[in-house]
Amino acid sequence: MAFRSEEMCLTQLFLQVEAAYCCVAELGELGLVQFRDLNMNVNSFQRKFVNEVRRCESLERILRFLENEMENETVIIKSEKYPETPLPREMIDLETVLEKLEAELQEANQNQQTLKQNFLELTELKHLLKKTQDFFETETSLPDDFFSEDTSGLLELRSTPAAAAAKLGFTAGVIKRERMVPFERLLWRACRGNVYLRYTEMDTPLEDPVTREEVKKNVFIIFYQGEQLRQKIKKICEGFRATVYPCPESATERREMVDGVNTRIEDLNTVITQTESHRQRLLHEAAVNLWTWGIKVKKIKAIYHILNLCNIDVTQQCVIAEIWFPVVDTGRIKRALKQGMERSGSTIAPILTAVQTKMSPPTFNRTNKFTAGFQNIVDAYGVGNYREMNPAPYTIITFPFLFAVMFGDCGHGAVMLGFALWMVTNEKALLAQKSTNEIWNTFFSGRYLILLMGIFSIYTGFIYNDCFSKSLNIFGSSWHIRPMFSNSTWNEHVLEENEALQLDPAVPGVYSGNPYPFGIDPIWNIAKNKLTFLNSYKMKMSVVMGITQMVFGVILSLFNHIYFRRTINIVLQFIPEIIFILCLFGYLLFMIIFKWCYYNVHVSQYAPSILIHFINMFLFNYNDPTNSPLYTHQKEVQSFLVIFALIAIPWMLLIKPFILRANHLKAQRMLQLPPISEGPAGDTEVEITQPNNSKKAGRENHSSGHGGHDDHEEENYLKSSGPW
Amino acid sequence: MAYGGLAVPIIVMSVFWGVVGGILPWLVPKGPNRGVINTMLVTCAVCCYLFWLIAILAQLNPLFGPQLNNETIWYLKHHWP
Repeated sequence: MAFRSEEMCLTQLFLQVEAAYCCVAELGELGLVQFRDLNMNVNSFQRKFVNEVRRCESLERILRFLENEMENETVIIKSEKYPETPLPREMIDLETVLEKLEAELQEANQNQQTLKQNFLELTELKHLLKKTQDFFETETSLPDDFFSEDTSGLLELRSTPAAAAAKLGFTAGVIKRERMVPFERLLWRACRGNVYLRYTEMDTPLEDPVTREEVKKNVFIIFYQGEQLRQKIKKICEGFRATVYPCPESATERREMVDGVNTRIEDLNTVITQTESHRQRLLHEAAVNLWTWGIKVKKIKAIYHILNLCNIDVTQQCVIAEIWFPVVDTGRIKRALKQGMERSGSTIAPILTAVQTKMSPPTFNRTNKFTAGFQNIVDAYGVGNYREMNPAPYTIITFPFLFAVMFGDCGHGAVMLGFALWMVTNEKALLAQKSTNEIWNTFFSGRYLILLMGIFSIYTGFIYNDCFSKSLNIFGSSWHIRPMFSNSTWNEHVLEENEALQLDPAVPGVYSGNPYPFGIDPIWNIAKNKLTFLNSYKMKMSVVMGITQMVFGVILSLFNHIYFRRTINIVLQFIPEIIFILCLFGYLLFMIIFKWCYYNVHVSQYAPSILIHFINMFLFNYNDPTNSPLYTHQKEVQSFLVIFALIAIPWMLLIKPFILRANHLKAQRMLQLPPISEGPAGDTEVEITQPNNSKKAGRENHSSGHGGHDDHEEENYLKSSGPW
Repeated sequence: MAYGGLAVPIIVMSVFWGVVGGILPWLVPKGPNRGVINTMLVTCAVCCYLFWLIAILAQLNPLFGPQLNNETIWYLKHHWP
């Protein structure tokens, strides 16, 4: 039952340049191949397909822009199936389509903005005209032609030169509400109080076309006399970004203007609605294809990234790639390459050549949707070395089981199981939603883990006899109350006097002699000293389960040593480990079970404490009068075990480094001697020393290691599987 | 009133988990997942059986009894056999 990572082989792939793209695409769909980076020392901006990658990225930029535009307005349609990988010439089509779409959309946006700006100005003008109309009407004392003629009445008093008798002019405009007060103040100061300002608030807030926010504005009208003041007012208005509108002086003209403005506003509204619907139509058409385009662009980009990792042998029109893949999938990969070749329309078949290497192959554990979650948990602690035993299959059960030992409530376990079952049965629908909520994704990707945790929690819940913190009495308790009355000292009077009384298992009949058949007796749940019993039980149970698992783990390491034929590890590592763990913790396990079986209430006064015994064992202290021995000859047995375990420690820790050092020095000496072909002695050295070093890279220069293999290497290097 | 004494529960549970861990693996249909399923069955049987065994061993020879409220005692005296 040993599960190891799969056997991998390193192969060189020779592809025709035209076929390279399609073959890489097919391999990508298969997902079984890892490409080695053959251009490690080349800058990513100097690689061959950098331009294609750039083009893909600009396409992605356009797609992001479109997605932004569609964000609140249109629903993006996602289809179930992923689109096929597009051919290189499709990229050009995609580029034209997307660039045209981008240009059209930007133009539509621009138009819309301009139209909205116009609309804003016209609305302001309309309000302005209305307000000035109101203003002029309130001043009923002013005759209609107040401004057109010289008001001789007013000006008669001044017999100054005609230049001074200038007309009273006015400026009307609109300004943001926040700027009104400083505007007024500056106007007052700059014109030395010689202007007259009237302003009112505009009732309706207007929409700013650029920021799409609402702004509040005020309508103002300034009366002044003279050209210089007019210039000053004009400059101040420009400075405060107040928009000035030409307002006709006579009321009739104003009325005509209002009508004209109203008509223009209506026309503009129609045009705006039409522009908006055109824009929506564009977006809607794009939304249908947006997701597909996104996937296509991602695939193209990925292919070019991979092609960047390969060597281009331009003289021979050939692309060279080095790939790792599992040996068992050779057939599938060859089929995929053949498909790629056919799709690209080239005639020369790709060539696969096996490469012998000392590099450490990647660790590949094949998983399905159920085992993937558990493999992830194990990999989080550390990915195993090549062909080491994979602990994940055992973890599938032990991880949820240990969770359940800690959780242990069948009611809450059932709730957990219900939740997990819901997630698992609705898997397809929930996967399609592609939520971005991280917490939900964590729960959903662990749905099988939660399912198993729920099932085991129900089981351990029954054993702990805990259902929503209440016990179930299915089989009938083993503890009886009535014998305490009939065979012992209890009676009604004792009951009334004492608030709490303890059952005594020494009294016949109180404890039936047969423990509750499945789990913890329900009486403990209603007992006041429930924790005294449960704590002792749970601690001992944890120790037993823990020691069992640890021993199991050490035994698994034995399988690794046997597989890699490292006898030195078996003798110097496994055996002392087993001795240490069994002598000390295995003995603890024995003591626990022994005490459970052989001590009962009749000797409970003298029942030994395992903890004290364990501590005294290490201190070689056998003179403690309060703790009687567990069994006869305990002293001899324990002393032997402790000494044996203590011997195992230097055996485990000290011997192996010296042996490794001796091997290393021997290898160094071999390096300095003239190269003699090494016999079996060299090989065993390599076998012992090499695998103990998990970093392979540094060992590649070991000439003694190569010595034994050189002859074989020459023959095998170009062993090609030929064109098939 | 645990029926059948100690022997019945032990036999029942041992047979049950023995079947799960020893017989069922032979009945799993051949396929790519056979190895994983067999590992799961055996690990499950061992863990669960051990857990049950510890629970029953811990209660075999109790060294002290439960301490109960006098009201609880009065109720149990009348309602439990």
